[in-house]
Amino acid sequence: MDLDPLLLSRIQFAFVVSFHAIFPVFTIGLASFIAVLEGLAFKTRNPVWLKLSTFWTKVFAVVFGMGVVSGIVMSFQFGTNWSNFAQASANFLGPILSYEVITAFFLEAAFLGVLLFGRDKVPPGAHLASAILVATGTFISSFWILAANSWMQTPAGVELRDGMFHVISWSDAIFNPSFPFRFLHMALASFLTGSFVVAGVSAWYLLRGREVEANKKALSMCLWLLLFIAPAQAVVGDFHGLSTLEHQPMKVAAMEGHWETSGDVPLLLFAIPDQENQTNHLEIGIPNLASLILTHDWHGELKGLNEVAPEEQPPVAIVFWSFRIMVGMGMLMILFAVTGLVLRAGDRFWRTGWYLQGLRAMSIAPFLAVLTGWFVTEVGRAPWLVYGIMTQAESVTPSLTGAMALFTLIGYIVVYAMVFTAGVYYLMRVLYVGLEGAEDEDIDESDRPARPLSAAHVPFEIGEAGTNPANQGGH
Amino acid sequence: MQPFDLALIWAFIIGFGVIMYVLMDGFDLGVGILFPFAPDEEARDTMMNSVAPVWDGNETWLVLGGAGLLAAFPLVYSILLPALYIGVFLLLAGLIFRGVAFEFRFKARTSKYLWNWAFAGGSTIAAFAQGAVVGSYIQGFETANGVYVGGALDWLTPFTVVTGLGMLAGYALLGVTWLILKTEGELQAWAYKLATPLLLAVLVIFGVISLWTPFVDEQVLERWFSGISIIWVLPLLTLLFAWQIWRSVRNRSEAMPFVATMGLFISTYLSLLVSRWPYVVPPNYTLWDAASAYNSQLFLLLGLLFVIPIVLVYTAWTYWVFRGKVKAGAGYH
Repeated sequence: MDLDPLLLSRIQFAFVVSFHAIFPVFTIGLASFIAVLEGLAFKTRNPVWLKLSTFWTKVFAVVFGMGVVSGIVMSFQFGTNWSNFAQASANFLGPILSYEVITAFFLEAAFLGVLLFGRDKVPPGAHLASAILVATGTFISSFWILAANSWMQTPAGVELRDGMFHVISWSDAIFNPSFPFRFLHMALASFLTGSFVVAGVSAWYLLRGREVEANKKALSMCLWLLLFIAPAQAVVGDFHGLSTLEHQPMKVAAMEGHWETSGDVPLLLFAIPDQENQTNHLEIGIPNLASLILTHDWHGELKGLNEVAPEEQPPVAIVFWSFRIMVGMGMLMILFAVTGLVLRAGDRFWRTGWYLQGLRAMSIAPFLAVLTGWFVTEVGRAPWLVYGIMTQAESVTPSLTGAMALFTLIGYIVVYAMVFTAGVYYLMRVLYVGLEGAEDEDIDESDRPARPLSAAHVPFEIGEAGTNPANQGGH
Repeated sequence: MQPFDLALIWAFIIGFGVIMYVLMDGFDLGVGILFPFAPDEEARDTMMNSVAPVWDGNETWLVLGGAGLLAAFPLVYSILLPALYIGVFLLLAGLIFRGVAFEFRFKARTSKYLWNWAFAGGSTIAAFAQGAVVGSYIQGFETANGVYVGGALDWLTPFTVVTGLGMLAGYALLGVTWLILKTEGELQAWAYKLATPLLLAVLVIFGVISLWTPFVDEQVLERWFSGISIIWVLPLLTLLFAWQIWRSVRNRSEAMPFVATMGLFISTYLSLLVSRWPYVVPPNYTLWDAASAYNSQLFLLLGLLFVIPIVLVYTAWTYWVFRGKVKAGAGYH
């Protein structure tokens, strides 16, 4: 049997991290949305805000729970499959990841309990503060984890001695060159994800005429926010790209499908990259546009993939196509945000069927964009793990065999398929029951602060009495 | 040079963290192990309710354990995890299943039995895997130049199977004495009935392990039999706690069986540590060999000293918000 432990480890890491990433990227945005709703409820005393906040907090609880479960796996992946990397980078990554736990995880866990179950037990101000602290915790968490990832992309503040990185300057290492762009790009991505999911779900309720007043307000809020952040994301993404060009030129070359160093580089809309022959097939492009965007010069020269040997190039097709899907999703998002503004004329945005159907479908767009965006940045740095210093091949666990890696890869796929099918199915139940289920509930003995999911009072199976919204809808 | 032996300080912090995790997660894993043997479905509801408020926080401590080990003793992290590769996967899979079962069982009606199995199976696998980890730690790891060079299943030997079973029995005993403390009536009577046979099982398996351990490795043999030293107090303490459990269960005392079982775990844990001290990756690397750079250990330690008091303050506040008794039995809708 000829199984490559390196390739299997890469597939396994890609699988578990992609699966994990979709949960936090949603909860970061949603946490801020809930904090805003709580703030509005606190200030205006309008029960609609309270109803919205209660409902979305339930959704938050389920998604957060799944994020925690899949996150436990992540903290052991470095050791099991990438032990040489873990050993070499521990002086920096160890403290950084530990700081994430002590400054973010405990904050989120403690105040999530108050947010979920403390409404009647603490003063309104303290409840609002808890919502804000949970949202803050999610940002602190992304601060540390993106500092760690950015350092692997653009290492700084360290020197390599006896096979281990030693930190010379903590501030240089944490605030490394790609960190500010990545953090901003990811923060906006989280807001986009939260907004499009809330907008999509609200649109679905509006199509069915359920809780119209509340869902209209939620949709309106999301559309205002999107109007600013969807275009802003394009600008930030552009700056991020320029920083990548400076520090990781081969990644940009792969994103553009640019094989030979040259000037007058076209922006390719379509191509089939052929790594073996180091060329593209069926190219369709806009002349000189890539030069203009990346160098701000019509004839600007861009380094091509042929600057390095083929074995030092990233897998071009994955990076090339992932980048196009991400950008395409981003364009669609801007289109929907602007359309929303147009439909405000005559107050049509919440009762235009085709637009609401479109928003429903757009719920998955930010997830696609986030995943493909991460594919670009992670696959695009191949063959490097710590860019320019340590390759993936040098990083993999030496004792790992192909059979071991295959066993756990299949194992994680099976476990995740079972567990997350149940989780996503349950989330759908919560959404189906909707805002109407937010009323007439009381806290019982099994509701304790440490258990996120117990906030959602929705039975697991379909067809339970009193939970069928079809009988309750139609305002 | 360096004014403090930070590696030593970190060894105490991590060592303390490990026993805290074992004690805290131990009894709720134990409740999971006992789940299939519970008298009826109502008893299972009560059992689950008794641990529901506390189990979740432990998972955060486990993540901190993983990250803290990487920060303070990277060599331990980068040798043990590859060596225990398959075992770590089983442990994580078990923890995921039981964690999710916790949440969904309360919401389920017709699919309840599935979540019962997920909870019991996940707890049992996780407990066994933890026991096997302890066993392989006593065995030691095959290393060369700071890298694990052994095979995929070196951690699974007759010896580690016995330590795995020992952990199963030990956690079950913790679980049963926890139920004595937290429940009443029929369920408590059932727990009392189970406590003595479980204690016997624990003593037999621990006895086998104690006799076997010195012959697994020469270092350990040397440590215990090179002369009568102070460390012999520890096995004596273990026996004293066992006797205390037996006596307090017979007297139908409610809190003492649980407290004494924790004592039994602590003294056993300390015996294990002194068997290998100061080796953290036996048989080749001491805690000083495994330590990360001084400035990294310092950077995190300062943060810990500053942040942990704040964490404790707000955690205490949330406990205060949710003060009051958990009524077992009345549970879910």
